[in-house]
Amino acid sequence: MPVAIALIAVAVGSILFHLLSPWWWTPIASNWTYIDDTLIVTFWITGVVFTAVVLFMSYCVLRFRHRPGHKAEHEPENKKLEWWLTIGTAVGVAAMLAPGLIVWQRFITVPPDATEIEIVGQQWQWSYRLPGRDGRLGTVNVRFVGPENPLGIDPADPSGQDDVIVEGGELQLPIGRPVHVRLRAVDVLHNFYVPEFRAKMDMVPGQVTSFWLTPTRTGTFEAICAELCGLGHAVMRARVVVAEPPDYEAWLEQQPTFVRRLAAAQ
Amino acid sequence: MSIASDPMTGIPAAEVEDVELYHPHSWITKYVFSQDAKVIGIQYSLTATAIGLVALVLSWLMRLQLGFPGVFDFITPAEYYQFITMHGMIMVVYLLTALFLGGFGNYLIPLMVGARDMVFPYANMLSYWIYLLAVLILAASFFAPGGPTGAGWTLYPPQSILTGTPGGQDWGILLMLSSLMLFIIGFTMGGLNYVVTVLQARTRGMTLMRMPLTVWSIFTATVMALLAFPALFVSCVMLMLDRLLGTSFFMPALVEMGQRLNHEGGSPLLFQHLFWFFGHPEVYIVALPAFGIVSDLISTHARRNIFGYRQMVWAIIIIGALSFVVWAHHMYVSGMNPYFGFFFATTTLIIAVPTAIKVYNWLLTLWRGDIHLTIPMLFALAFIVTFVNGGLTGLFLGNVVVDVPLSDTMFVVAHFHMVMGVAPIFVIFGAIYHWYPKITGRMLNEAMGRFHFWVSFLGAYLIFFPMHYIGLLGVPRRYHEIGEAAFVPASAHDLNAFITVMALIVGFAQMVFLFNLAWSLRHGREAGPNPWNATTLEWQTPETPPGHGNWGKAMPVVYRWAYDYSVPGAARDFIPQNEPPRGPAG
Repeated sequence: MPVAIALIAVAVGSILFHLLSPWWWTPIASNWTYIDDTLIVTFWITGVVFTAVVLFMSYCVLRFRHRPGHKAEHEPENKKLEWWLTIGTAVGVAAMLAPGLIVWQRFITVPPDATEIEIVGQQWQWSYRLPGRDGRLGTVNVRFVGPENPLGIDPADPSGQDDVIVEGGELQLPIGRPVHVRLRAVDVLHNFYVPEFRAKMDMVPGQVTSFWLTPTRTGTFEAICAELCGLGHAVMRARVVVAEPPDYEAWLEQQPTFVRRLAAAQ
Repeated sequence: MSIASDPMTGIPAAEVEDVELYHPHSWITKYVFSQDAKVIGIQYSLTATAIGLVALVLSWLMRLQLGFPGVFDFITPAEYYQFITMHGMIMVVYLLTALFLGGFGNYLIPLMVGARDMVFPYANMLSYWIYLLAVLILAASFFAPGGPTGAGWTLYPPQSILTGTPGGQDWGILLMLSSLMLFIIGFTMGGLNYVVTVLQARTRGMTLMRMPLTVWSIFTATVMALLAFPALFVSCVMLMLDRLLGTSFFMPALVEMGQRLNHEGGSPLLFQHLFWFFGHPEVYIVALPAFGIVSDLISTHARRNIFGYRQMVWAIIIIGALSFVVWAHHMYVSGMNPYFGFFFATTTLIIAVPTAIKVYNWLLTLWRGDIHLTIPMLFALAFIVTFVNGGLTGLFLGNVVVDVPLSDTMFVVAHFHMVMGVAPIFVIFGAIYHWYPKITGRMLNEAMGRFHFWVSFLGAYLIFFPMHYIGLLGVPRRYHEIGEAAFVPASAHDLNAFITVMALIVGFAQMVFLFNLAWSLRHGREAGPNPWNATTLEWQTPETPPGHGNWGKAMPVVYRWAYDYSVPGAARDFIPQNEPPRGPAG
């Protein structure tokens, strides 16, 4: 009897915790409301299944617990019931998978008008590179990394000359414009994660990874590293400011370009 | 025609003569360098429990740091990462895998299929001693210069072999890799034994489709492990070469702390693919034996045949096969080709179907049963709750786009602890309460057992259910300290402290359990040969505990499946597998 009560308490308690507890995700600040929607649908479907299973168990424990004279029923198989349960489950799973895959298609399809920016991770700080007036990022290679050229921009590439470099400071993004975020790492794996943006991707040394988003809310957000990168993993943080386009342009003007940096170093 | 009523006509004659076993001559060959699978099983279990206790203590230390950051100054970031790494690796490989396959596999397979022993007893003995060596090397890394590796249990390069990670350029990572390689060698010796014994040494009448699900599941998990562990083995070899000889299997050109390293052209993602090609089947290597054992616990203690036996067997095999094509769902945000996401999300959600079928069949075994709320049954119920909970959150993480925000957060930690930590451990507890009487001849103490159950079940649920919501906030895993962050409300720190307190309480209950194991050895109630009135062969041995060779003079002959409970018209509510059908004379 206590077991049946405990099972009911687990089911009801879990639902109440979900509905009443103050711990829920932070309000979204990007276009990825689809991800939130898919997640909510999944919460509903799985919540119903979990509650049904646990309540059914507690019913069985109450109704079929051992009592003198009570005997179990011998029933090795029930083909029809087994088939129905299999088909029903397959349909439920498909109902979660299909929207998930559609949203994934959107997630990996970068809009052609997206601005390319670059975030580079290294133990244990972030750097950013934004295209200059030409709107294009120059090519890079680890071979070129040095004190004056922390991101390894190819000095011979003309499109890299006006690239804006932000080291260790804050990143600004204009609201409402799609951004294609190219990710690189200099040393080990990192992951640039702003919880309010929902999107994230690992940075892998030796290759370029990416994700895209459109910021939808101005404000200052916290970026954290979400892939274990050694001792300083938990302090690898940064600020991302989503600003109105004029404020963003003004900020961008103040940042040093690659060619100016090289000149200053010499 | 149902399986149960199939009249047994004409059991085939024995094809081979009864084997002559190695006869131990001294205490050493009987209990230390033993070739008896039962003794080896107990050795495996005790060693796994001992190293598991270390991992349990490590979990307390890391929870103290997370629950009360700044209070325990002696836990530095380096130590914190060493704790999580060793906790994870020990629990997954050295405790769960070793206990289910080396422990339960050794003890139960020969008894349940009606064999005298494993088919290669000497290799079986070596298997344990190599496992012990692997455990000792792993434990030694705590005392090595620089301490154990703190690379996380996934050991992802490049960081696992660089200076920014504890043990990366010291002994830690080398000892970890050596230990894993030895573990795999030892496991292979045992694993071949389990497979060949099931295929070749079953007693007369024990057809494959009469085997208890415990045997089916350990057999399938072993086949999977034999296929999956080599991927880990080669990645250990390559990582070690990268670290010691400067090869570049996993190391691209990179600049570490301003220094250009000599590596060139390697792929960090290659390691991840190899690791998870092992790592995902590994989840099921742990889960499948739990599935099989819990099926037998539920059937026996609900006095009802397992519902849908054939479907259960096929589900085990299908899950085993599918688990080899889902690995990259651990890598959705790893930077691999994003189109892989479609394939792996689909296979991952497909595997939910046979898994759900197993859950239905457990529930339908309870339905119209005669449920004895013994401690094994209580743990079986707790298993269903935690497994269903953890399985359902798997549908979040498996569904590629939903995984994007949740990946690498505490949600993942909560999910896998629920589904492959807590749930299989509950089956292990249930199984120990169930088989302890056969292993020792005595029952475990009931009062201590109930205390252990209640604290473990409710406590573990209170630890891991709320933890999902910390992850939903965006709190990442593997953080020594989350500190001040805009997206983390102050109340989340209180929740973290609560989880830590629960973890310490649940940990205490495990001490009561261990005390019970020792205490009942002398003071437990006499069990008799078959205290649960179970049908399977291990309960029908002439001696309890079973002697060397298991069956005395005559081998058992099997006439029926393992689930003849509450058969209409039978005198008792169970019919042992070796009970002949009633002849026409009555």
